[in-house]
Amino acid sequence: MSNMLEVADLGHTYGDYEAIGGLTFTVRAGELVCVVGPSGCGKSTLLRTISGLIEPSRGDVSLKGSHLAVVFQDYQRSLFPWLTVQGNVEFPLRSLPRAERRVRAAEALEWVGLGAAAKKRPWQLSGGMQQRVAIARALAYRPALLLMDEPFASVDAQTRFELEDLLLRVRREHDTTVLVVTHDIDESVYLGDRILVLSGSPAKLVADLEVPLPAERDQVTTRTDEAFVALRSKVARLLNVGGKQTLDVEKWAAAERESLSETVSTSS
Amino acid sequence: MNKFLQRWTVFAGLVVVWQVAGMLAEDPFFPPPSDILTAAWEWWVLEPENVTGHILPSIGRLLSGWAIAAVIGISLGLLLGRSDRAMEYAGPLLVFMRSIPPPALVPVFLLLFRGGTSMQLATIVFGVIWPVLLNTVDGARSVDVTKVDTSAVFRIPRHQWILGVVLPAASPKIFAGLRVSLSLSLVLMVISELVGTDNGIGSQLMVAQREFDYTRMWAGIVLLGVLGYGLNTVLLAVERRALAWQPRSRDEQHA
Amino acid sequence: MRAFTRGLIGIAGFLALWELLGRSPLIPAHALPPPSAVFGELVTQLTSPEFLSHVVATVLAVLIAIAIAIAIAVPSGLVLGSVPAVRHATRAVIEFLRPIPSVALIPLALVVLGFGPETKITLAVYAALWPILFNTIYALDELDPLLVETSRVFGTGRVGVLFRVALPSALPFVLTGIRLAATTALIVMVSVELMAGAQIGLGYFIMEARSGPGRMDQVLVGTVVAGVIGVLLNNGLERVRRRWVAW
Repeated sequence: MSNMLEVADLGHTYGDYEAIGGLTFTVRAGELVCVVGPSGCGKSTLLRTISGLIEPSRGDVSLKGSHLAVVFQDYQRSLFPWLTVQGNVEFPLRSLPRAERRVRAAEALEWVGLGAAAKKRPWQLSGGMQQRVAIARALAYRPALLLMDEPFASVDAQTRFELEDLLLRVRREHDTTVLVVTHDIDESVYLGDRILVLSGSPAKLVADLEVPLPAERDQVTTRTDEAFVALRSKVARLLNVGGKQTLDVEKWAAAERESLSETVSTSS
Repeated sequence: MNKFLQRWTVFAGLVVVWQVAGMLAEDPFFPPPSDILTAAWEWWVLEPENVTGHILPSIGRLLSGWAIAAVIGISLGLLLGRSDRAMEYAGPLLVFMRSIPPPALVPVFLLLFRGGTSMQLATIVFGVIWPVLLNTVDGARSVDVTKVDTSAVFRIPRHQWILGVVLPAASPKIFAGLRVSLSLSLVLMVISELVGTDNGIGSQLMVAQREFDYTRMWAGIVLLGVLGYGLNTVLLAVERRALAWQPRSRDEQHA
Repeated sequence: MRAFTRGLIGIAGFLALWELLGRSPLIPAHALPPPSAVFGELVTQLTSPEFLSHVVATVLAVLIAIAIAIAIAVPSGLVLGSVPAVRHATRAVIEFLRPIPSVALIPLALVVLGFGPETKITLAVYAALWPILFNTIYALDELDPLLVETSRVFGTGRVGVLFRVALPSALPFVLTGIRLAATTALIVMVSVELMAGAQIGLGYFIMEARSGPGRMDQVLVGTVVAGVIGVLLNNGLERVRRRWVAW
């Protein structure tokens, strides 16, 4: 299997605050990798550097293929309220001819089970459905890599399970390479083929674990599987060890502000 | 329907009170509504050349001045609003310009444009561009980070970024600015016609005053009120259509 | 480079452009004197007691107009905002009155009120009423019902709610309305002085400079001073709002 994403000695500092300190890992084609770490450990910065939203201070990110897509946590803001659901899915496809755009959007909406909602406005849908629109939009773009930033952190538990299974299904059906950033240990074990465990700030790689579970997973049986439980405890222990370092709240807030203003100026 | 009745009953009641009081008082400064209506009828219906020669040119100048200001204000506002650097350079200047009473510049425009329509347009444009411009800047700045990021990740072309993201995101604020500007346009239209022209509603008001024809003066004032009400109503209807995508109420929206 | 410096550079750039235009043969010199000439005149005028009395007259009239407008618009806004029946009933009247431009009332005000300061103050009040009125109504609309219910539960009466809950929480909006009204009042004040021939005031100064000797430099001095007063009013009221409204 070839590598889809290669990250080498990636580091980023805001002023004198080091958010990530030298990360090296790869994501193979068709793989689903979860990055898990304590809150505020630099996961967002990692995602922003990989997606090219900010230029890393050092290191290299190389992606095989030209484009990637991101599904953000905040679906309400990530979707455009003035476009219909279909318009939102077509949003990244403006360079394609109209007819092809149509077909691709309809197809992607079918994949996530929203074929009937194409003409609605995103805000007329429930939160879980809105996040499915965002997933459809990302899939319609046919990305070499699908990045997801805490994608299911803003929906209720029931919807969350549904969306996790939806993600597992579509990525299997379409052989999508996915990198999910999350702080939820259970989710990382349930979704991942592999788990990258990060320590607190600055984010460093603590462990790179294969998930010894079958590709077919189920919310009830998988979560009670011995392998699942064992791996979950292992990740939890790793995070505790790595997370002992206390977080400098002030520095972190300052860094967060800076990272926001940085994006605004790069894309305008 | 009940609300409609409520609204217009009081309005009609006030007109009746005015009518009775006006007839009783026989004060030349405050003629009753029936006299004003008669004056308006004689002035504009029986002499339609007053409509084509005064009212229509006035409306034409008002609308074209407003449209020019809207085009310049929105395009400049979108550019300035998406660049913090540009706003730092231009911000204080804009705040100062906005505070200048536009009529004060009428003398300058009179000399620069040698009177006539271009001077009136300059006055209107200069006077009404600020609400559009500053509101557009404000709206363009309000595009949230997630939308900025989403657009950057999908590498959409620049024109799609500006027309497809920044413009719609700013449009509620832009419309608010356009409404303020439209009512200001009416003011500046009148001001620009009080000096340096012999046609238009404003100049007719002046003539009526000079001839001590207070009934016609009142007719002119009422006409301006009706005009302002009508223009605002039309713009509101357009706005409602253009912004139909906005989540209308909280319970319609699933959080 | 700090934002302040950039702002100064922006203004300097504008002045340079103006200077260039003013000196170019494209534009007749008497129509647009360059800023250097205007600045010289500004210094002369700022030391002239006559000019200063014009400035004081205008500022004073604006302040009086704002005070009257507040005294009328805030109570009316509170009534209209808290009693829906009154609001629906008067809506048509208000929507009809609001768009009548205050300058259109100049002829009427002149014949009724004469050429004294009453005319310009009345017209400025008329123009300044609306932003305050609408912001007050809007503020009451935005009032958190939970807040009202909470105080109702604690036995506060209708009037008590109005003064102890509604008014304080409406204050930020009302202050914004006053700030908008102040700018409007200044613009209307100068315009009326300019067009209705008051005997004193910045607008009168501008009109005199234009119609008599055709001194465009003085016209622009008056304009610039009016703009500066506008900025000061705006910033001053913005500061008041930030200070009072800490919540």
